[in-house]
Amino acid sequence: MSKTTIKLNVNGQSVEAQAEPRELLIHVLREQLQITGPHIGCETSHCGACTVDIDGKSIKSCTLFAIQAQGSEITTIEGLGNPDKLHVLQEKFKEHHGLQCGYCTPGMITRAHRLLEENPNPTEEDVRFGIAGNLCRCTGYQNIVKAVMAAADELNQPEAVA
Amino acid sequence: MIPGRFEYHQPETLPAAVALLSDLGEDARVIAGGHSLIPMMKLRLAMPEHLIDLRAIGTLRHITVADGQVRIGAMTTQAEIIDSGALQQSAPILRETSLQIADPQVRYAGTIGGNVANGDPGNDMPALMQCLDASFKLQGPSGEREVAAREFYEAAYFTARDDLEILTEILFPVSTAGYAYEKQKRKIGDYATAAAAVLLGKGADGNCNHAAIALTNLADTPIYCEEACAQLLQSGVNAASIQSAVQSAMGQIEPVDDNRGPAEFKKHAAAVILKRAIDIAWSRN
Ligand SMILES: Cc1cc2nc3c(=O)[nH]c(=O)nc-3n(C[C@H](O)[C@H](O)[C@H](O)COP(=O)(O)OP(=O)(O)OC[C@H]3O[C@@H](n4cnc5c(N)ncnc54)[C@H](O)[C@@H]3O)c2cc1C
Ligand code: FES
Ligand code: FES
Repeated sequence: MSKTTIKLNVNGQSVEAQAEPRELLIHVLREQLQITGPHIGCETSHCGACTVDIDGKSIKSCTLFAIQAQGSEITTIEGLGNPDKLHVLQEKFKEHHGLQCGYCTPGMITRAHRLLEENPNPTEEDVRFGIAGNLCRCTGYQNIVKAVMAAADELNQPEAVA
Repeated sequence: MIPGRFEYHQPETLPAAVALLSDLGEDARVIAGGHSLIPMMKLRLAMPEHLIDLRAIGTLRHITVADGQVRIGAMTTQAEIIDSGALQQSAPILRETSLQIADPQVRYAGTIGGNVANGDPGNDMPALMQCLDASFKLQGPSGEREVAAREFYEAAYFTARDDLEILTEILFPVSTAGYAYEKQKRKIGDYATAAAAVLLGKGADGNCNHAAIALTNLADTPIYCEEACAQLLQSGVNAASIQSAVQSAMGQIEPVDDNRGPAEFKKHAAAVILKRAIDIAWSRN
């Protein structure tokens, strides 16, 4: 089956890839565009490690064909922060030990970012319910929830910069 | 896990999608949110040669409440249903159910049309649609027809929808009766071990003037419990009538042993869940 040119805006940059219809977005991001922040944890739509933000929605990129994302705006962990300038969520995950092996972290933070955009003042229960699509095998979630709550607090300070 | 090869189509109008589906015939499948179909394609349980993506058809995405009737376009997502103030007013049971489906990511993508058309006994919307006495609008090469949700489900993955028809809209009367969707599951995001949708209306005299009960994942189709409803309508809602309604509903289910537990356990869970749903629905009057 022939390949189609897929145009995307990823983390603010226009990019192109060639893909067969059956190629999943996660594979195109990781293997063609070298965007390796989103991880493959299960590839069966369960773990959320592959979560990216597409047009303002948290999406499991292993459950979308790249061709379906044609023309969309995608944000991955790479677009939220970098080692020189961490996103508030990244800082708080670091500070509160919101990660151990770190495999789930890019998906977790990308999801938490959307959650806080939609609900800037979440309760602990809102956070737990809001990240229910992201599995973590290490932390027991306690410190992840703490980190997201702390990030919300910080983002709600009047002088906060995201 | 990479699905088999297929050709991708993205029609922009419903007539174009219907025409494409009739041209391509049984080699084609429509794709909505993809959150049941793509997992099945990865497992090669589905191997369509053509996928007709409905995502560009704007007319399939709407929520309208008018003249006592709710209409929801098939491509409306669970997240959009949860966020709809109009639906919260006119059928609060829909939001309560949607919030118990899968997880946030799945709800951003999964559509109500896909959920009811899929025919998987694990899907939560079919029983709810039977409870609401919804009907489904189907558009095919020979025109449009409506099928009642209570007549739609034939067996697991078999429905009254013809292969060449597209489900376009879901219609049901505004429902402000006491409501509950109660779901027993192993973990958040899981399909039901047992779930019950219940609507109960209370008249001025305290009697039960409306009753609808349907069950999820306890047989190979959703189960509409007509006799249980009749019992509550006849005798009112009290400890004895609830017990006999639950008993009659339990006579209709046929759960099977699987990784959610043995059939005996599911029967037990179903009885607990149904009683709980009846209590909550009645208390919300
Ligand atoms: C991790 C996970 C957990 C889940 N948990 C639950 C749960 O707890 N409860 C639940 O109910 N669901 C659950 N689901 C399924 C999810 O809700 C799906 O989104 C839903 O079943 C199908 O909707 P869809 O829009 O994704 O449809 P698709 O996957 O695109 O389609 C499903 C089927 O319906 C057909 N179809 C779709 N739209 C139409 C249409 N308009 N006309 C005709 N045919 C159509 C397709 O051809 C396909 O056969 C879960 C899914 C995942 C991945
Ligand atoms: S890799 Fe996509 S959900 Fe696990
Ligand atoms: S930190 Fe290891 S999976 Fe979450």
